Amino acid sequence: MAVTTDPGVVDLRDPSGWRQAKNRLAVGAMWFAFICLVVPLGFVLVGVIVKGASKIDWSFLTSSTIPPPTLPPLLAKIEGTGGIGAAIVGTLEITAFASVIAIPLGILGAVYLNEYGGNRPLARLLSFLSDVMTGVPSIVMGLFIFTVWVIPHGLTGLSGMAGSFALACLMLPIVIRSSYEMLRLVPDSLRQGSYALGASKARVTLTVVLPAAAGGIVSGALLAVARAAGETAPLLFTIGVVTATNGNLFSGPNTALSTLIFSEVLQPYPNAVAFGWGAALTLIAIAFILMIAARLVTARFQRYSR
Amino acid sequence: MSTTMQADPATPAGSAAGLKPVRSLGDRSFQLLALVSGLLVLAILVLIAITMSQQSSQWFTSEGWSGIFSTDWDPAHNKFGAMTFVYGTVIVSVIAIVIAYPVSMGVSLLLNEVVPRRWAQPIVYVIDLVAVVPSVVWGLWGFLIFVPWLQITVYPHIASAVNDIPILGNLFGFLNGNYVSGASFFTAGLVLAIMIIPIVTSLSREVIATVPREDKEGAYALGATRWEMIRGVVWPHSQAGIVGATLLGLGRAMGETIVVALLMGSSPTITSHLFTPGYAMPGVIANQFGEATVGVFRAALIGMGVLLFAITIIVNLSARAIVNRNVRRIRGTA
Repeated sequence: MAVTTDPGVVDLRDPSGWRQAKNRLAVGAMWFAFICLVVPLGFVLVGVIVKGASKIDWSFLTSSTIPPPTLPPLLAKIEGTGGIGAAIVGTLEITAFASVIAIPLGILGAVYLNEYGGNRPLARLLSFLSDVMTGVPSIVMGLFIFTVWVIPHGLTGLSGMAGSFALACLMLPIVIRSSYEMLRLVPDSLRQGSYALGASKARVTLTVVLPAAAGGIVSGALLAVARAAGETAPLLFTIGVVTATNGNLFSGPNTALSTLIFSEVLQPYPNAVAFGWGAALTLIAIAFILMIAARLVTARFQRYSR
Repeated sequence: MSTTMQADPATPAGSAAGLKPVRSLGDRSFQLLALVSGLLVLAILVLIAITMSQQSSQWFTSEGWSGIFSTDWDPAHNKFGAMTFVYGTVIVSVIAIVIAYPVSMGVSLLLNEVVPRRWAQPIVYVIDLVAVVPSVVWGLWGFLIFVPWLQITVYPHIASAVNDIPILGNLFGFLNGNYVSGASFFTAGLVLAIMIIPIVTSLSREVIATVPREDKEGAYALGATRWEMIRGVVWPHSQAGIVGATLLGLGRAMGETIVVALLMGSSPTITSHLFTPGYAMPGVIANQFGEATVGVFRAALIGMGVLLFAITIIVNLSARAIVNRNVRRIRGTA
């Protein structure tokens, strides 16, 4: 604390050297913590880009046949190297269908929590449960869909759609939470103004409240999609394995970038590993594009609302 | 949707029942739709508990409690004890939060109390990048680059340095005199820590943001340095909430699958040596489910999922309760 040089006069000079040193040390430690986070991220990004970029070209991204991991590199050169087109198509269609299921339901759930539930015990319970559900491990979602969908349907149950169900279970609580937070920010005066004009609650919600919160809801949903696109565990037991493009989401086994990487990692063959790196770079690119899209929507929305 | 849009006659203002709103069919069905969507969360959670317990019942009937809680895992001889995997999960996730807690703490204080707002945004972007890197990419990088590097250039040196120190030697020393492995409890914990730091940081920031501005400015007015202000004002206000945030990270770490499936060495062992291979619950489910087509084996793996579900639900419930109570308490008094 401030040292007094003579009675009645407060010394307002800088804090003592030791106190300042401690302060600098603490702030330095905080920056160090940030560096601890940046360094591994940098290593991963550089590693994936260096190892994956050499693999990526047009035919790698579009060729629909994933070669068996045992194919020796020499033979692969003769037959054409194959590509990850099938896995890209799989990831895109599975994630898209999961979004089609989870985003509308999640937004509607958030509408219930914020517009209809109010402070009722049921709404409070559901809000709490959706919080808790965001913490359910993704592999449990995979096992859940396996038990309720794949076991009753047998091997025909393994399809892109089953994977979409698992991802949708994962996305639902995330979409509910983010939409709920956005709906809470919509000022009540907007709702009251619309009621005063005689609009019903459904109309107020659909034409006034949801559009007002649209930017935040869309960006939250995009982040949920980005997270789902990278998930592996929910797809391991639900989509099966296939080495050629399966455009039909609803029947037949499918494949995805994440599960492809997971299976290629464990192969002892260099060409399989190279495939894994190329697929990893593609997957990171997809996830980053979704995240950047979410950021752009947020930025645009902020400018608009200002 | 279409019905809700058209069914919307304005309430007749001057009618006898004018004070009581007339609710159209569309209005009510929209409410019902919203309610059903909300209830879906409850339904899925209940369904998970019921169907998965059913599918794993064979495990309980054939092994009994003592079989389940044994350390004996040998599918070839129909032995399905889960304890080694529970041990692996607990150790790995504890390592993860021990590392993630101080780092998240530092980053969230940095963002909320140190850097100006326009610098904070780029830092948040970087944290978001960490969050969006898929777990399988961490696994790939860890398996092919990080693990070999640790095994050759890092762990042997640490182990030989601490081998003769009593407690540290038991944790970080060699097993059986000369053995360390790159794929180990510690490696998996380390990578999990990086993966949970974004979520712990963002929750901690929410908690720290509730510290009243007046208190902070009061501390500065008394001549406190930034660090003294943090120790004296931010810390006491947000400690409980940050513990909750870390617990939530613990739940995440327990359920993360691919990293423990690839970076832990997949060997069911119980040991205090953290530089040696272990096995965690999500890892064994992911790695062995393909072989477990029928019978007790599959039931045991699904049962392991039930166990994991139960543990993470308990961890999450308590974490949420702590965070919510803390945030509400502080907002209430502010």
